[in-house]
Amino acid sequence: MKKRRKRLPITRRQALLTGLAPVGGLILTGCSRELPPTYGNILRMGDTLTYAAHHALLPSQGLVREFTKQDISSFPAIGVTDPGDPSLRRPNDSYRALQHDGFKDWRLSVEGLVAKPASFSLAELQRLPARTQITKHMCEEGWSAIAEWTGVPLSRVLDAVGVKPSARFVTFVALDGGDESVDMLDALHPQTLLAYGMNGADLPVRHGAPLRVRVERQMGYKSLKYVQQIVVSDTFPDAGKGIIRAGWSWYAGI
Amino acid sequence: MGRHARWVRVSHWVATIAFLALAISGFVILMAHPRLYWGNTGNDLTPALIELPISRNYRHGGFTKPAPIFQSTQSPVSAVRTYDIFNENGWGRSLHFLSAWFLVAAGGIYLLAGAFSGHLRRHIVPGKTDLTTQTLARELREHARLKIPAATGGPTYGALQKLAYAAVVFIVLPFTALTGLAMSPAVATGVPLLPGIFGGVQSARTLHFASFVVLIFFLVVHVVMIVMSGFARQMRAMTFGA
Repeated sequence: MKKRRKRLPITRRQALLTGLAPVGGLILTGCSRELPPTYGNILRMGDTLTYAAHHALLPSQGLVREFTKQDISSFPAIGVTDPGDPSLRRPNDSYRALQHDGFKDWRLSVEGLVAKPASFSLAELQRLPARTQITKHMCEEGWSAIAEWTGVPLSRVLDAVGVKPSARFVTFVALDGGDESVDMLDALHPQTLLAYGMNGADLPVRHGAPLRVRVERQMGYKSLKYVQQIVVSDTFPDAGKGIIRAGWSWYAGI
Repeated sequence: MGRHARWVRVSHWVATIAFLALAISGFVILMAHPRLYWGNTGNDLTPALIELPISRNYRHGGFTKPAPIFQSTQSPVSAVRTYDIFNENGWGRSLHFLSAWFLVAAGGIYLLAGAFSGHLRRHIVPGKTDLTTQTLARELREHARLKIPAATGGPTYGALQKLAYAAVVFIVLPFTALTGLAMSPAVATGVPLLPGIFGGVQSARTLHFASFVVLIFFLVVHVVMIVMSGFARQMRAMTFGA
């Protein structure tokens, strides 16, 4: 009988691949520290190379195309479309009550590497300078739709709490437990919004009421719905790491 | 009689593996949303140009009653999906883009080495003697009768063969790469011209699929020709250069 070998937490091949992964980025950007981890996963290496190539070759603050009201299209609502739905695996019990009161008692908490952690009511966010943009939502499934979004640029909110200079990532956490994160380039992008309005009305429940994020330079799944918490960090936050390991790219610019 | 240069052999097989991975992952990605459109928008709530019966998502119709967004008869609509769709895009998309990097690398090496060595000019781009009516008519007649010349084990190609290779190398593959890049939101932000020249992101997606069909057709004909001209000899020549 063969002697059973102890399983090492990291195989040599994984270690090799992990070591190789930043090399592509290193060549392209001259700096590997900025890259998200690959978990020693060969698929993640392709995504990391794409991330590095986009950062090296594309203008860092280019604006996405904005459309006109005539271009607004039909818009399917998918994924979680009601966090209070009792048939969900983890229904949010307080969502119904919040919804009933027009989200009067809802608050957005902003914390982490900030000078003054704070929480904002919907009315407080709506009093901050707003931006309205008509943009295209590109779903990873292959479909696209155009809608008008109204909200406060995330950079305004981050300015209000004073982001510390070492900040590198911003994580969004949703009422339904989902999370997503972006780097500071996308967080501070002028078209990255905390949107509370859609097509001239309040953001509908199915599209993320009371607040969703719009990350316009990435695929739709980065534009998390039902956002209730924002965390600034200087290390890669591993948001949705189960999903990333399962194959979904953390960087969804492509 | 020339043999296949080492860089031709290496780039050929890297490109082959990358292409097969791209074709399979691309098909899996298409299965998640087997509808094609023209313009900038297209989704389950808008009419499709083409619907492909390739997964359980085909005409699933799993949506709540569409509600108008604005108060007008022509208003776009919103509806909630009630159907658990087929979606393997997690690994599908990542494999697609990883393979694309390999194809770009193999293609880049091939084009650079091919340009500097004169391989493209001598063996791939059809010359004056290839493009005469007489040559083309003769080759077409022979191909129609399935009279395929035996393999030489190296790059001495017929006129139709050169035309097919040149079309794939210089037109179809670059077109596929560009229509693919045009779908990337980050690339479209940096280079707005890219989705624009194809008529929008959904048009680019439809054209990307069309070029996939052309490439699969090329692959099938290519393999049939390899088999008919001597499979073992051809594989040895492209793998070991002998």
